[in-house]
Amino acid sequence: MKGKDQLWKLFTSTLFLSAFTFGGGYVIITLMKKKFVDELHWIDEDEMLDLVAIAQSAPGAIAVNGAIVIGYKLAGMIGMFITVIATILPPFIIISFISVCYSTLKDNIIIALLLEGMQVGVAVVIVNVVLGMGKDVIEKKERLGIIIMIIAFILAYFFHVNVIFIILACITLGIVKSAYHLRRHL
Amino acid sequence: MIYLQLFLSFLKIGLFSFGGGYATLPLIQTEIVTNNAWLSMSEFVDLITISQMTPGPIAINSATFVGIKIAGPLGAIVATLGCILPSCIIVSLLAYFYLKYRKLSTIQDILWTLRPAVVAMIASAGVGILLTAFFGSETSISISSFKLVMTVIFIFGFVVLKKFKCDPVFVMLLCGVCHVGLYYGMQLIR
Repeated sequence: MKGKDQLWKLFTSTLFLSAFTFGGGYVIITLMKKKFVDELHWIDEDEMLDLVAIAQSAPGAIAVNGAIVIGYKLAGMIGMFITVIATILPPFIIISFISVCYSTLKDNIIIALLLEGMQVGVAVVIVNVVLGMGKDVIEKKERLGIIIMIIAFILAYFFHVNVIFIILACITLGIVKSAYHLRRHL
Repeated sequence: MIYLQLFLSFLKIGLFSFGGGYATLPLIQTEIVTNNAWLSMSEFVDLITISQMTPGPIAINSATFVGIKIAGPLGAIVATLGCILPSCIIVSLLAYFYLKYRKLSTIQDILWTLRPAVVAMIASAGVGILLTAFFGSETSISISSFKLVMTVIFIFGFVVLKKFKCDPVFVMLLCGVCHVGLYYGMQLIR
């Protein structure tokens, strides 16, 4: 992907997502999945999950890391540059503006209601995407995959295990699985 | 040299904040409240509130907020750059190795075990967001704190998204507007 039109599309899509993504890194990841996988078909679904895993494995904000890895995958260093700028520009402008007029905004009831309602909207989108992805894992009918999904969910949600440990555990499991395959082939 | 100090402080935040979101708060607090006294504790709480009501990762928001307060727009730019520099280097390296070696069978196996876990971690974040929307907070779930209005908006939004396949951002804004509308609508009825 190198065309000027596509790079511009990459910039505007990322900018738009970043400007409206309230509520944390996973929300923007979810929206990026909807945009770049489901709508534009620039990335396939498995690849997207790999990219998210990479974004989680590195330090830093997940939204920024997700933007970097998607930009890099689509158009190399230029792509990365484009998506990073598009991701940090909206918060940069909004925070600069708000640091001036924070107290008036904080007490405005309409803004508070609007934001609270938008959180429900965020929940709608994320539930929709999670249901789709969960269905895909289950439909593959690979027992180990389903078990990994359930255990990872329990660890992340109920025990608040840091994502980095879950990722490391999966990498270890993957190496074991690979070694097991190799031995069977020999 | 304040610019260099800002840059290095946020470089540290960018480099050592694993897991994202609220997991990074203690680190940010140590750097900007305890070590450098760039913000007072109450300003820091304000910063968290602002981050909750605006888009963008909290680390980036802090960089802009602190940078502007301490050294103006240039300070904000320097702090933000410091914050994202480690990510840019580490993530692009990982992406490079991923794209180069993903065909290897060992890497294939590792990615195969990672994918369901990634779905699970996104689901975990989703459940948290969903419960917060329905009950106001993730930790105090009870019938009395259940918000019927939110549930109605949720179902409405879900149907709109499914039926009309419209842009997710549009659905988010629609839910926000519905909430404002319902609030004033109910006041009129009373």
